Amino acid sequence: MKILIHGGRVVDPTSGLDRIQDLCIAEGRIAAVGSIPDGFHPDRKINASGMIVCPGLVDLAVRLREPGYEHIATLESEMSAAVAGGVTSLACLPDTDPPLDEPGLVEMLKHRARQLNQARVYPLGALTQGLRGERLTEMAELTEAGCIAFTQADAPIVDTAVLLSALDYASTFGYQVWLRPQEHFLARNGVAHEGQVATRLGLGGIPVSAETIAIATVVNLMRNTEARVHLCRLSSAAGVAMVREARAQGLKLTCDISIHHLHLSEMDIGYYDSNCHLQPPLRGQRDRDALRAALLDGTIDALCSDHTPVDEDAKQLPFAESDAGATGLELLLPLALKWGDETGTPLAQTLARVTCDPARILGIDAGNLAIGRAADLCLFDAERYWKVDAQSLKSMGKNTPYFRMELRGRVCFTLVEGQVVYEL
Amino acid sequence: MILTAQTLPDAEALLAELLRQIAPTVGKNTALIGIRTGGVWIAERLHKALGLNIALGTLDVSFYRDDFEQRGLSSQVRPSTIPFSVDEQDLILVDDVLYTGRTIRAAMNELFDYGRPASIRLATLIDRGGRELPIAAQYVGATLDVAPNRNIELQRTDDGRLSLVLREDTKAAGH
Amino acid sequence: MGDPDSSDENNESMTANPQLNRNGELTHLLSIEGLPASILWQILDTARSFVSIGEREVKKVPLLRGKSVFNLFFEASTRTRTTFEIAAKRLSADVINLNIATSSQNKGERLLDTVDNLAAMNADMFIVRHAQSGAAHFIARHVSPNIHVINAGDGRHEHPTQGLLDVFTIRHYKHDFSKLRVAIVGDVLHSRVARSQIHALSILGCPEIRAIGPRTLLPREIQGLGVHVYHDMHEGLKDVDVVTMLRLQNERMQGPLLPSPQEFFKNYGLTPEKLARARPDAIVLHPGPMNRGVEIDSSVADGTQSVILPQVTFGIAVRMAVMSILAGN
Repeated sequence: MKILIHGGRVVDPTSGLDRIQDLCIAEGRIAAVGSIPDGFHPDRKINASGMIVCPGLVDLAVRLREPGYEHIATLESEMSAAVAGGVTSLACLPDTDPPLDEPGLVEMLKHRARQLNQARVYPLGALTQGLRGERLTEMAELTEAGCIAFTQADAPIVDTAVLLSALDYASTFGYQVWLRPQEHFLARNGVAHEGQVATRLGLGGIPVSAETIAIATVVNLMRNTEARVHLCRLSSAAGVAMVREARAQGLKLTCDISIHHLHLSEMDIGYYDSNCHLQPPLRGQRDRDALRAALLDGTIDALCSDHTPVDEDAKQLPFAESDAGATGLELLLPLALKWGDETGTPLAQTLARVTCDPARILGIDAGNLAIGRAADLCLFDAERYWKVDAQSLKSMGKNTPYFRMELRGRVCFTLVEGQVVYEL
Repeated sequence: MILTAQTLPDAEALLAELLRQIAPTVGKNTALIGIRTGGVWIAERLHKALGLNIALGTLDVSFYRDDFEQRGLSSQVRPSTIPFSVDEQDLILVDDVLYTGRTIRAAMNELFDYGRPASIRLATLIDRGGRELPIAAQYVGATLDVAPNRNIELQRTDDGRLSLVLREDTKAAGH
Repeated sequence: MGDPDSSDENNESMTANPQLNRNGELTHLLSIEGLPASILWQILDTARSFVSIGEREVKKVPLLRGKSVFNLFFEASTRTRTTFEIAAKRLSADVINLNIATSSQNKGERLLDTVDNLAAMNADMFIVRHAQSGAAHFIARHVSPNIHVINAGDGRHEHPTQGLLDVFTIRHYKHDFSKLRVAIVGDVLHSRVARSQIHALSILGCPEIRAIGPRTLLPREIQGLGVHVYHDMHEGLKDVDVVTMLRLQNERMQGPLLPSPQEFFKNYGLTPEKLARARPDAIVLHPGPMNRGVEIDSSVADGTQSVILPQVTFGIAVRMAVMSILAGN
């Protein structure tokens, strides 16, 4: 199968290339960018004029909800949401039922995902058995089965000694540990940022110190280990400042934020909008501004969707009783573009935060348009507006703070390994 | 006769006429009760002129109106004050304009929640006809024909003088 | 959110004031916050008329005749439920009491199914008490527009009719808010009563509201509500015109927030000596039920400055006013 994508504006965030030119695909790989090689006879031509051709997106935080939560979302539904959002590689979280703490479960998931032949799935293994924060999982076995890093998802490790050994053990074999920094006790009764809005609405608060204490713990433990840690979903200005400082001291620390914390603040809760019940909570406007700036200067490495489909019934409850989380796979690209627009960031740099930068964290060869590289591509119309609603979203999760908003940037084609897996 | 602003009767003259009718009927158990707002103004004047022993009562019938469903609660409800026991009293209800009779129905219902009066009579400055209930006034200042889309309103100046004005009825016809 | 029209409304109601209809009239009473002063004055003025009805032999008016008022108590509270019940009955409404805390919710029925079921019984008004902040907002957003919702206390958010009866009581004794100093003492953090009173006082123009308590019982951002914070009772009560004592829940008397009820009483319990710091004509309020010897000394609770029992009487009139204004809009 040979495909010619002609007339598109080709943007490669890795090399900084940004030019209207053709792109040739042969045998699933990028065969040429710019001039069409002699004797290249495409089986299919895609007219990409008016579109942007870029590497497929890489999403660091996706809940596929299988196994165990098929009533909320299925692998089929969420994988099709991924490609509809231009996402060609994704890391999936282990907080399924049962959690991904055994090689068999991981193999089954990889197998099912491969059969669907859509985005590439990179499972994150459970760091502790049952995510209970007590006993370590068989990390070597899990790595062999396909896990690319280990995490607790949102489950706490209350016992700091367990966290220390998890970091020690993982670093022995060079495994990466992904942690969402949140101190358990300070956060356990909270559902919103401890600030103006929670005070007004009478919602239990989660102080910023829940995040900074957890970061301080991780950073201090890292000093005595060789651990490679990725911090997930930062939410506060103080948290970002600590990461910046730790990195300046030479620690191997990376971090990401979600599309929600990039644009929203506690104010968006309004009158108890449960779509804004998120973990970590939406924080103050100054926090949001600091996160936006840190994504720009590279302190924050990547932007992720934190895709968490939630059962409609579980949102139709008073705020604190509703489940936290929101759908995101199909919003990652338009919300990255919105941030890029608002901050005046060049397109290649904007796209880097959702392509090559997360790919680097995952340690996979993705997010670039090098010749010979697997043709995982996203073609989108940056000028096209679309409305976020139940019809337009492929994900079974329809809950999002952006519901009914008009967003700019619509994916037109998604290719994985040189095959068109999504077409608008 | 078509009623115009020029042909409106003088409220003070009507008040005098009412007083003339009521005075001979006053007994030791007679008590006056004015209906807010215009009725209270008239009742205050009558009460003073008649020199009654029993203090003046005032009624705000907002809680007893039958058009609550359509109009809701008035934003200026004031307490009713009946500073005496109504039991075995001869009450004279005083209102400014008698029209459908619904206000008087509401007022009587409210009075019976205070007790059991010996009798109730009705005094009104103007009877404009158009009754929807079997209610009649015993004392009437004047009987007038008023077009259904018009309202007669009683006004009181700072020095206490009463006068009548004619207005377009902007609300639905009712009391 | 299958129906696009209803979700449009849903989305709008997340930002628009959900208590007011398109004409700016009160259609639900969910919180004091966000209400215009004119509506508060209307409620207080109307309540005055209902006070006099409570003093009559026949304490009933026919205003809500034929209407069904449902007491939806997801959290048990006999006292509050009773005051709403009396208020509704004095307006001639039919009152249906549902103690949901012990019935359908225990069977795992979905909250909205419970609400739908009751709405199908042609309810006209829901009085909602729930342990979660925002529950009344949630129910109000869901029900059809001909049903009015009154928040009878949601989590630690608001208890608007309590706030209204507090300001009614203060107005009754002090007449004017524009020169008042009001102190609210105790567990402000968990108190919906405190939030409603603070909002009501500031909307009505009270220039100085103080919150007095240990740091563990005051929200960190409370100054954002326009409140002056005191930790010392002697200092905080100086020259105030009104003292509102808050109830301290049993489960908070000992533990991480407070060492013991005795120590709390020593620091923040209202005794005659501490009350002497306030103006001589200061009044003392308490939403009830009181913990004597914890928040308040018996000699103060039963003393001449206490207006705790009039609060209860006024509470019925205020609830009658709210119900009749809502039912008419």
